[in-house]
Amino acid sequence: MRSITKNGVRIDDTFAEAFPMRGTALVITGPNKRWARQAAVTMTGFATSVIGCGCEASIDGEVEARDTPDGRPGMRVLIFAMSSNDLQTQLVNRVGQCVLTSPGSACFADLSAPDVLKIGDLLRYFGDGWQISKKFGDRHFWRIPVMDGEFLCEATTGLTKGAVGGGNLLICGADYERTLRAAEAAVEAMNGVRDAIMPFPGGIVRSGSKVGSKYKALHASTNDAFCPSLRGAVKTALDDDIGCVLEIVIDGLTEAAVANAMRAGLAAIIKLGPRNGARRVSAGNYGGKLGPFHFHLKDLLV
Amino acid sequence: MTLVLTPKVTPPQRLDLSALLPHLLADKSSKEIAAIDLATTCEKITVGDLFRIRAGSAEEIRFEDGSERFDGVGQGLNRGRILVAGDAGINAGRKMSGGELVISGNVGPYAGSAMAGGRLEILGNAGDFLAAPREGELNGMSGGLLVLRGAAGLRAGDRLRRGTILIEGGAGDWLGSRLIAGTLVVLGRAGMSPGYLMRRGTIVLAKPPALAATFVDCGQFASSFPAVFGRFLLPESRGAARLFRAPLRRFAGDMAVLGKGEIFVPA
Repeated sequence: MRSITKNGVRIDDTFAEAFPMRGTALVITGPNKRWARQAAVTMTGFATSVIGCGCEASIDGEVEARDTPDGRPGMRVLIFAMSSNDLQTQLVNRVGQCVLTSPGSACFADLSAPDVLKIGDLLRYFGDGWQISKKFGDRHFWRIPVMDGEFLCEATTGLTKGAVGGGNLLICGADYERTLRAAEAAVEAMNGVRDAIMPFPGGIVRSGSKVGSKYKALHASTNDAFCPSLRGAVKTALDDDIGCVLEIVIDGLTEAAVANAMRAGLAAIIKLGPRNGARRVSAGNYGGKLGPFHFHLKDLLV
Repeated sequence: MTLVLTPKVTPPQRLDLSALLPHLLADKSSKEIAAIDLATTCEKITVGDLFRIRAGSAEEIRFEDGSERFDGVGQGLNRGRILVAGDAGINAGRKMSGGELVISGNVGPYAGSAMAGGRLEILGNAGDFLAAPREGELNGMSGGLLVLRGAAGLRAGDRLRRGTILIEGGAGDWLGSRLIAGTLVVLGRAGMSPGYLMRRGTIVLAKPPALAATFVDCGQFASSFPAVFGRFLLPESRGAARLFRAPLRRFAGDMAVLGKGEIFVPA
């Protein structure tokens, strides 16, 4: 494949192909940082891929106490799904099972949009008639009595239909250590980008997939072209100097957020250079016919 | 520019100013405005008889002086702004659903009666039945924000159903009587039997009297609600924000009726 070399790192002349998703943002607060984080981590657990988890979710960032609605430490969480219905189901299940249950938590909407998803409007029934509705201006909250006091939950949160899922970088390095180091540096940089998350474990996925499988029951299977162990046995995409590939997948509330995250990740990988990090960066696509959003790597070089 | 109405004479009778609203005056010339009848008796009296008119956009109407005979100021207001540099009579801001009404003096009874939206601010004191329903009506205030800097008379917030009332001064007896829902905050001293027969809703009292026996002590507990609400009220009143920051103790009532209401007092 044709490529551009930046600081010794080969950047493939290709693009990441991404898809429209539905998304929302929440701020979850707690009595201290530890418990705000715990509620957010629990809520965004098992949410790496819509294929098997029903949604993709992760923490977007920490929110300082002075910037949260109740003045307590908070975490901003993003959650994405393929349809509004899926997102509604996942949202209420996750807030209900993971945030409502977490000691001292409160849950606030953090996206204003004309379309809305219900949170407190559904969870209020847990109050068994003792729930209290509170409105101020255009904000609506539910207070639900729980054993440690009250769970305060915003009635609804905004739903964006302009979210983008599936932005990605394929990070190819000489060996495991250096590839992981490059991927970690990229995730670290991308964590600083608002409105975008990397839903896989620690932001990194090692089992990238292709569409289809030799087995009828499976819709996706291992990305053999990027598996170093299959080099020679299949039509490989790897060069002789590549021994390991890791992928970062990005979901964003907007197309710009995904592009910004990819740009930040690429810059970090290039800065690290091939001696300590990756030798090559590529991206996954399906020939450009499936997803309407194309993020060309060459356009994302700073 | 603002439409300014400067009183020329002391009103010879009670006036009904409910015709002087931005949306009603939008397309009217000064001449047409001057011809509007404000009389409440058989003796006709027009805007032109009472006020010197300085033409301007009716989106903002300013009365350069007030009078306790100015009834119905801002009654039915749904957009724009009305400022009164003085007192107003009964029904100030009654049934307003939007916009803003600011009265720098005192107002009579039924200020903000059955208001449904917008912002009403009174810098002086208010008469009885603040935000309450009029005779035969089922609900009092059902939305918006009412800020009273002075003190309220009897039965302030009667049958409040939604919205927020903030009273920085004291309040008379039976504050928040028959409350249906909504939030009522009083920073001054409150009279006897607050929340009498309240069903749902929240009353927050900085200086509560002894509560009726039909309010039961729920003690103190952790909730984000006071912090969130206190932050909302901060731009309106630092005193209210301070009250919500302090630890609060909850009393549930009125157990003589539904009992799902609450009165918060400093713990």
